[in-house]
Amino acid sequence: MKKALLNFFNRIEPDKKKQPLLHTAYDAFFTFAFTPNTVTASKEVHLRDGMDLKRTMVHVVLAMQLCYLFGTYNIGHQHFTALGMYESFFAGFHLKLAYGLIKLLPIFIVAHVVGLGIEFWYAAKKGHAVEEGFLVSGALIPLIMPPDIPLWILAISVAFAVIIGKEAFGGTGMNVLNIALLSRVFIFFAYPTDISGDAVWVAGIEEGVSQSYGMVYGVFDGLFGALGLDQFGSGGVPVVDGFTGATPLSLAFQGGWENVTKVYSESAMFWGTIPGSIGETSKPFILFGAVFLIITGIASWRIMVSMILGGAVMSLLLNAWGATPFMDVPWYFQFYMGSFFFAMAFMATDPVTASSTNVGKWIYGFMIGFVGMIVRVLNPAYPEGWMLAILFMNVFAPLIDHYVLEANMKRRARRATATA
Amino acid sequence: MRNKNTNKIICLTAFLLFAEMVSAQSAKSGDSNYLIYSLMAVAVLIFFFLLVQVSDNLLAIEAKQSGADKDGANFGIFPSLSEIFAPKLPDYVANKKVHALSKGHDILLEGGVTTNNVHQVNVKTFAVQPKNFTGLSPIPKVVVEVGATVKAGDHLFYDKKDPKVMHVAPVSGEIIAINRAEKRSIAEIVILADKEQVYRSLDEIDLDQVSREELVNFLLDNGIWPLIRQRPFNIIPSQTEVPRDIFISTFDTAPLAPNSNVVIEGKEDAFQKGLDVLNKLTDGSVHLGVSANGEEAPSNAFTHAQGAEIHYFSGKHPAGNVGVQIHHIKPINSGDKVWTLGVQEVITIGRLFTEGRYNAERVVAVTGAELSEPKYVSTKLGANMGDLLVGNMTGDNNRIVSGDVLTGQKKETTQYLNIFDDQVTVIQEGDYYEMFGWLIPVDPRPSISNTFPNFLFPDLKFRANTNTHGERRAFVVTGQYESVLPMDIYPQHLMKAILVKDFERMEGLGILELAEEDVALCEFVCTSKQPLQQILKEGLDIVREQS
Repeated sequence: MKKALLNFFNRIEPDKKKQPLLHTAYDAFFTFAFTPNTVTASKEVHLRDGMDLKRTMVHVVLAMQLCYLFGTYNIGHQHFTALGMYESFFAGFHLKLAYGLIKLLPIFIVAHVVGLGIEFWYAAKKGHAVEEGFLVSGALIPLIMPPDIPLWILAISVAFAVIIGKEAFGGTGMNVLNIALLSRVFIFFAYPTDISGDAVWVAGIEEGVSQSYGMVYGVFDGLFGALGLDQFGSGGVPVVDGFTGATPLSLAFQGGWENVTKVYSESAMFWGTIPGSIGETSKPFILFGAVFLIITGIASWRIMVSMILGGAVMSLLLNAWGATPFMDVPWYFQFYMGSFFFAMAFMATDPVTASSTNVGKWIYGFMIGFVGMIVRVLNPAYPEGWMLAILFMNVFAPLIDHYVLEANMKRRARRATATA
Repeated sequence: MRNKNTNKIICLTAFLLFAEMVSAQSAKSGDSNYLIYSLMAVAVLIFFFLLVQVSDNLLAIEAKQSGADKDGANFGIFPSLSEIFAPKLPDYVANKKVHALSKGHDILLEGGVTTNNVHQVNVKTFAVQPKNFTGLSPIPKVVVEVGATVKAGDHLFYDKKDPKVMHVAPVSGEIIAINRAEKRSIAEIVILADKEQVYRSLDEIDLDQVSREELVNFLLDNGIWPLIRQRPFNIIPSQTEVPRDIFISTFDTAPLAPNSNVVIEGKEDAFQKGLDVLNKLTDGSVHLGVSANGEEAPSNAFTHAQGAEIHYFSGKHPAGNVGVQIHHIKPINSGDKVWTLGVQEVITIGRLFTEGRYNAERVVAVTGAELSEPKYVSTKLGANMGDLLVGNMTGDNNRIVSGDVLTGQKKETTQYLNIFDDQVTVIQEGDYYEMFGWLIPVDPRPSISNTFPNFLFPDLKFRANTNTHGERRAFVVTGQYESVLPMDIYPQHLMKAILVKDFERMEGLGILELAEEDVALCEFVCTSKQPLQQILKEGLDIVREQS
């Protein structure tokens, strides 16, 4: 089978000069299917480690799979909970899953088509192979979006992030800012009503009534009807009394931890059956991904640990200050709310935009935790701080590295004068 | 010194007591103020920590003043981190200071030599290759012609920039070819060896009486100079400058590297004589890096060498690299020049005096999974590859490497062993396509990444091949090089400084302490498949030309 596929690939190879874009695409898919037969040069190392960038990137994507699974289901779960239907987590399983897929898949596809399209085009233009950076960015972007994000806004934001954030700097490995967060921050400032406030986190609710289910849902309804299961119906169901769609963070801002626990139980916040961006709610699944990344050695444990430290120190300080109800939220409960762990596991650890020295990583992670907690608690305009804190520290990472390297150079110079 | 510290303690104690009293007063009654209590607890902890820390420092100062800490023993209260986490060390280094290097990686390959017998092989042709020497002119002045007969130790060529440094014939016989490469540069001077070796007769020289200058002239004339390498840059040493120190690593941690105990067996006297000679050439010391890895106690010739400072090193590759050892013994600072030699080069120097002739014998490990019988062979410098491997290779898609798989050079059977190599490795060429090789690799392969199950089988040996396992990319992953380089150096940033030709930064980040072999393991682990050795070589060339 391998031989047949190889022959097939050889037969369809487009001409590199006449059709550069097609050839780039071909090359991307070919190297996806087959590791090339290149051998080491005569004067470099004769053995190479089995690890390459594709394998690195795909392991990050693997680490997110549980978040995808849970996030998809949670879109449906939140939708039906708001309507007072199927309130138990596993009730209406097929409907919630189908609803989540209908919401998630377009986001996933649009993010990849736009992002990869730009990557392929630039690769063809610059005459190099398609690099794997967008594998991870493309997988991260759907997880940090609200489920109802308009697709055209998503497309613009991804295009902005990839062109301005990455290709303008020279492609994978050269970007200063995290691509996934850049696309989110673009929406955050350009289309704020679509990504903040209480109304956006639960899918398919408009003015207190659920959306009318369209054609796609009809297809599923036909299938479910044939199997004798519950169906979507036509929609237009009013939401339950007292539904707000608010996230724990906005509740905490209004009235502290007590106000949060009136609406969401601690276990719901921990397991993630709450409204929020698609992939960031479920702490156990995110932590599973984080542990996976640490064990495989792909993400830096230094950044993760120091970020927890930074967040804890800042919230302890805020506890001590205690001027607002939000400041009084015990420091350990701060980690129950919002997307701290998701930012820690998948965003802050991006090796390209993080600090590149080990000492620098400690400082970088700590400062993200520290600054992010300030933004979260002290600034009423920004309900969550990690996106801004990480982008802020992305900009500072080269500076941190600069001083770490300067210290190394000074150490060397001092050693020279000491022995001379 | 002591008074100052005592004062400090008193001040601190007073301050802390005061702080505690103040904070105790400010605590509101009834209201359980955890913050104040925890701050107090922290303050008490800090107080005790400082107390212990200061007394620890006092002990260390006392030890320094009395001169008791010379051999690096720890006189503090706490065991140092390296003492707690140090691997269990073998008996022969008991009570000795060991440089325990925690970073590094051993690439375990199939095809190591299993018996310590040294076989004789019949190698017909030998060659001296001017390209083995960094910085040598591409077209040196050859003083022999094709068809001439030479004795072992006779002059072959010299560099016109440095006419006193003679390169000599490793064997006696007939010059059968002077092969040229691109731009008429000289690639090989090939000698067809005599059955009975004859040696050039040497002047008698009394090592106790001779001056440094006479000794240097003697060594220059007898082809010893090219066997010594001067750091920085790994070049043939300058004749005029006296090296700060001389460093010799007596063990090799590279994949499938030969065991020095086999190499030195029966030549202990020559090695010691070589050390005596080297001691006359430097104002500093001769430093021996000796293995404390403990599979087998190093030969007494190393552990009981006279006139040399012995330094024990334990750790994975590259702990056996002389560059790493220099970094931990006495690093190279800007302006320093040190010499490095291998064990077999020292033996050759010693034999000039013990045997009175230029005996370029080399024990070479012929290794690799593609050999029917990996073994040690005894031959001379620059032996022909085909003759070394005759009848031993299996399979037909192999790569022959002069040296180890990390730093060696690819060779054909018609080519010759490089001058500083004591190893030949034969591995499979990896010129095949692998379906989803990046995602689900079928055959095991060496890697430091835990995404492979390798880390569950730490003793697994690999039958590796030369496939790159991926394409070249920009630098993405960080911290990878640092994890396998036990030096206070940031290799990735150094490489970037070289790529942008930032001269000051290169020196600042320690390019002078590195040779290509030191970053070879970084190159192996590189996820982006960057050619680090080549980049470093370019950087070193730039710096060398500027200085």
